[in-house]
Parts: sequence; structure tokens; C-alpha cells
Amino acid sequence: MKTGARTLIEALQREGVDTIFGYPGGVVLPIYDELYDSSVRHILVRHEQAAAHAADGYARASGRVGVCLATSGPGACNLVTGIATAYMDSIPIVALTGQVPTALLGNDAFQESDITGITMPVTKHNYLVKDVADLDRVVQEAFYVARTGRPGPVLVDLPKDVTTSVAKSNPVPEAVSLRGYQPTYQGHVRQIDKALDLITGAERPLIYAGGGVVLSGASAELLEFAETAAVPVTTTLMGLGAVPGDHPLNLGMLGMHGTQSANYAVTECDLLLAIGARFDDRVTGKIETFAPNATVIHIDIDPAEIGKNKKVDVPIVGDVKAVLQALLRRMQKRGDTANWVSRINAWKAQYPLRFRDDDHLRPQYVIRELSDVLKGEGIITSEVGQNQMWTALYYRFTKPRTWITSGGLGTMGYGFPAAIGAHYACPDVPVVDVAGDGSFQMNIQELGTVAQYDIPVKVVILNNMYLGMVRQWQELFYDRRYSYTELPPVDFVKIANAYGVDGIRVDAKDGVREAIETALATDGPFVLDFRVEREENVFPMVPAGAAINEMIGVRQ
Amino acid sequence: MKPHTLSVLVENRAGVLSRVAGMFSRRGFNIESLAVGTCEEPNMSRITIVVNGDDGVVEQVMKQTNKLIDVIKVSDLTERESVERELALIKVAAEPGTSRAEVLQIADIFRAQVVDVGAKTLVLQVTGDTSKIDAMEKLLRQYGIKEFVRTGKIALLRGAKTVKSSK
Repeated sequence: MKTGARTLIEALQREGVDTIFGYPGGVVLPIYDELYDSSVRHILVRHEQAAAHAADGYARASGRVGVCLATSGPGACNLVTGIATAYMDSIPIVALTGQVPTALLGNDAFQESDITGITMPVTKHNYLVKDVADLDRVVQEAFYVARTGRPGPVLVDLPKDVTTSVAKSNPVPEAVSLRGYQPTYQGHVRQIDKALDLITGAERPLIYAGGGVVLSGASAELLEFAETAAVPVTTTLMGLGAVPGDHPLNLGMLGMHGTQSANYAVTECDLLLAIGARFDDRVTGKIETFAPNATVIHIDIDPAEIGKNKKVDVPIVGDVKAVLQALLRRMQKRGDTANWVSRINAWKAQYPLRFRDDDHLRPQYVIRELSDVLKGEGIITSEVGQNQMWTALYYRFTKPRTWITSGGLGTMGYGFPAAIGAHYACPDVPVVDVAGDGSFQMNIQELGTVAQYDIPVKVVILNNMYLGMVRQWQELFYDRRYSYTELPPVDFVKIANAYGVDGIRVDAKDGVREAIETALATDGPFVLDFRVEREENVFPMVPAGAAINEMIGVRQ
Repeated sequence: MKPHTLSVLVENRAGVLSRVAGMFSRRGFNIESLAVGTCEEPNMSRITIVVNGDDGVVEQVMKQTNKLIDVIKVSDLTERESVERELALIKVAAEPGTSRAEVLQIADIFRAQVVDVGAKTLVLQVTGDTSKIDAMEKLLRQYGIKEFVRTGKIALLRGAKTVKSSK
């Protein structure tokens, strides 16, 4: 005989949950009472949004399901941005929310919100548990749905009486059975052979790899396939790290802030192999001119992504890893891509990423230094905007799951709490959040969390006293009318200190390396406030609505 | 652009209709008509949705619908041999005298049934495909339609073929 709260904790333990990020409140008191002496660790954040982002960061760094917990009403609503962030990037998290007792549902009770209704568009699935007898099954299903197929967030809403009442007999189901949910993992053999024919017959093939490669754990297979077939690779923002940054076949990121060589290669290729990517508008620019000469092969576990934005010639529905393994197994010959690769190498040599590396403290320099110090042996999270794009461009990622960023939703305030989650997933790996002064202030309260638990997350603030990316658009497209994008200076070191966190302010270029090394050598959390060039822009840049080979801020 | 009739088999569970309808509205798909009810399988319901769009849009509609965990199967009946029916109730002005006789005559031609007779009105029940009901409504308009209600379309494949869950 046990309560719903006890049942919940045991069900979470069966799923292998070791850490929950959460914030208590009225209707979750029974759950918190069970957590009090449970072996499941609970990290108290300072705002529920951070709990959702931390669970998401935990999931991205570890590949396991992240878990967050909030009370009903405002607590649950505060999770929504975090859940939507996870949904857009296909990240497996389970969000547990308290709810008013079932007798009061629909009654506008105190702290009631229809969170299953609210989150329907931003969850893969959600549940309102009305009977404690369903609890074991629902938790098991929630984790199963979150991590299988195309992963995504699942919310479980738990009315207070469900967590306090006692189930009569509650046999744990052996396996999940959902007749409406049967993801396809193995690609269709005939389609795979057709793809191989096209790949080996192409003169200018190109792999366009996305976050699906990372989610599927297929980096090794991708690299082996690219090398065996001698096909160059460009990755999306979400795919960074899937292929080592310095690999000769890697072109870097494509799209709005992609490298010139990547964007030229897409425009020139005669075969595009999209792997775990979804032809997002930030990648394609004007869709009619994206890969205009290419036959398109698209591998994705979600059939709805195939043909959604771009017409596909050979669709392959399946798990990226399984399909790449099949491609490797069935490949009998390789094409001749030597001319194409040398053309790409010429672009890479002619159009390297560049910034004005003078005496000024420029943000790109900070990222390059960070990259040189960490040498790929760390986890980088980012906020959203210029800080994110400079990191994507100038940090050299060498491994998957070391780059944690909000790609689809573009959530400012994501990186700091996500870094907290990443730390608990990989406690021995240094975790650095690259932030802007705008983004950092969106979840700055989490300094309280890192201070309380002495979480060794380092925050690199590229402080330009602007909402930099919006300012950049205003500069370029709105006649420098900086409408509400200037931020007054903030003494971030003082704020960090007030929370009990160390920090250094850096105003000059020659202090960068030492500051980064000091932060990384410090055991606990650390804040680095880099006062960078205020009006630096992220280039290359494809203006909205343009073709991706029409970049500005570059040498033609 | 033409109407497609989709037969959607779903779990008979609270909130399923709102999941389906919500997905349609959020992705900008227009529902022309919708009918939902229990079906031959216990714990399942069948939703018949008529949606307008070109083939690419309808393909997306079907794929996105299929993605919902509570959706068991989605089939497009449009290009297949199927029986499609709607039911309408029409309250039409029919004063005793000539107009009542004419309304009854029209009802007869459309094989509609008189399900209520009032002093000044008749309520007719008509079943058929969309165009039949549209035609009848148009004809009765001149007499004065006081109220008009119609169900969404429902449809089944002809012959022995069925739209069932694969399991």
C-alpha cells in the first residue's frame, strides 16, 4: 500500500532518473515530501523555466531523458517556454506538474491552469492522470514516448488527490504498448539502394547533417560514410559536433550565418543528402533557390518532415544511425568526387571565416581563445543571438553533445540553466555558457542555484550593452534606428558576488586568455564579463528572403 | 485544391478531438467538416474529416495527424470507392396551402422525411452526399429556411475493404 507520490518516485527510479530539476508549491507537497528522503537528487532552481531548461540541458549532454517538476498554475505555466524549446529541438524531457485535486478540475480553483491544454501544441504527448491506478503505466509511457522515435517533451499532470491516494493493486506493466505509436527505425532497403546509386553517381554530392545525427548517436557512422563515399559535409546549427570541426571534409555550418564554402557548396551541389535535418528557414533562406541543381535524398525518422519544406526525390524514413549503417553495409563502390572536393577546398582556402583581429576586444577573439583553451574537451551552452552565432562559427567542436543551444525556438535565457543540467549529466566535464548581456539577464537568478550547490558552470558574457543581434538587424535593415535595443551597463561581477559567485571583468584583449584560464581553474561557478566591441556584427549573413549564396559581410 | 475525405481511427479518450482539431488549426489546415463517434472497435472512435488542399497539403495533414500518439490510423478515402453521407435537418416555412404542398413535393423528390410538422413549418430530414444536401437547401431557400443544421460527412469504403488499425 503506497501513495501516488511514492508510486511516482519509484516509477521514476525504474526509469533510471537520478536528478530532477524543480520548484515546490502547494499541490506538489506530497511529491516533495517523498523526495525529502529519496535517493533521487532534486536541484532547486530559482524559476521554473530554468528547471525545464536544465532538464533539457541534462538530456542533450547525456542522451538520457531529463526531468523537471513544478507546481500547478504559475509553476506549470513557467515551464512552457522550456518545454517549447525542447519540442522544437526534439529533446526528450518529462515535465511533471502538480494539478488541483480532480474534484476541483475545471473550477478555476486556486493555482489551476489547464496545462495539458496549454502544452498540447508544444509536447510530443501529454497526460492528465485522474486515477492513481494509471500512474505507473503513464510514467512508463511518458519516458518511452519522450525518448523513442523522434524524441520530444512529454508532460504528466498530477492532481493532488492522485498523489495522496493509495492504489489498491498496481501491477507494473512489462512493456509499453501503444497501437497509435510505432516509429519506423529501419530504412526501406530499396530506397537505400536507390540513394546509394545516386550518391555514387553524383559529381558534386553534399551531406547536409542536422541535429538528428546527434540525437541518434550516429556521429561515427556519419563520419565513416562521408569518408568512405568521399562526400563533404555541412552541418546545421544543431548538427555542430556531429563531425569534428577540423575534419577535411567538414565545411562548417550552412544557412543564414553559414560559412561561404558551405553555402556555395549547397548552391552548386548536384546531390544533397539531408540527414536528420528539416530544411528550416534559417538554413534554406529562399527555399526556391536552395540546392537548386540537386537531387535530394532525405533521411529522417519523422515522415512528416520529409517533403514538408522542400521536394524530396528519395525519402528514407528511419533512424539516422540505422540507415547510415545500412548505407555503409550496402555500399559497393564509391563515386569520384576528387574534382568537387578540390573545388570545395579552394573555397575553404579563399573564404575562411574572418574578423578584424586588431587591438580591440572583439567577441570572436574571446570565443577563439575559449576554443583554444578547452580544445573541444568541454561542453558549451549558449544563449541566443550574436553570442550563439559567434560560438557556432568560431568555437571548434570536436564531439557530439558538447554543443547545447536553443536552435528551433531561439530561447534567450536558455544557456545558463541548460549548463546547470549539462553539469549534472557530465559532472567531470567543464561546462561553459556563452552569453550576451541581454540573454544572461533573462535567467540571471540561477546564480542562486549555482551558488547554492556550488555548480562549477562558467559564464562567458560577451557584454556589448546591446541586444546585439536585433541591433545588427537594425543597423543593416532599419537605417541604424536602434529602437529599444540598448541596455545600460550592468556590473555582472558585483551581481555574481552578491550571490556568492566569483567573477572577473575583462576590458582588454590581453586579459582574455588569463581570465578564461582562471575561471576554468576555479572549482565553483564563475562569471566572466567581457566588455567587447559594441557594434560588432555576425558575418557572413544571408538577409531574410535571400538565396543562401547571397551573403553580406563577406569577400566575394 | 479539392476536398479530401480522411477517415481517422483514434483512441476513444478524453482530449483526443482537441488534439486533432488543435493540430489542424495550429498548422493552418482548414477543416471543411468533421464528424466523430464511436465505431466497431471498443475503445476507439472514428473521425471523418473533410479537408481542402492540394496533394502536398493533404499529405502533410495526414502525416501530422498520424504523428499524434492517440491516432491509430489515417486513410484518405477520396480516390477510393467509398460511400459518403451527410445528414441535414431543415426547418422550412410551409404555410398550409400551396407552399406546403410544394415543399412536400421537393421533399419527396429528394427522398427526405418529414420529421416534424408545425402550424407554419416543416422539419425535413435528408441524407446524401454533400452536393445533394446543397441542392436541396438551394431549392428550399425560396420558401424561407428558418433553421438549417447538418452533420459532418461520414464515409466508409465500399465492398469488403476496411480502414482498420494495422494491429
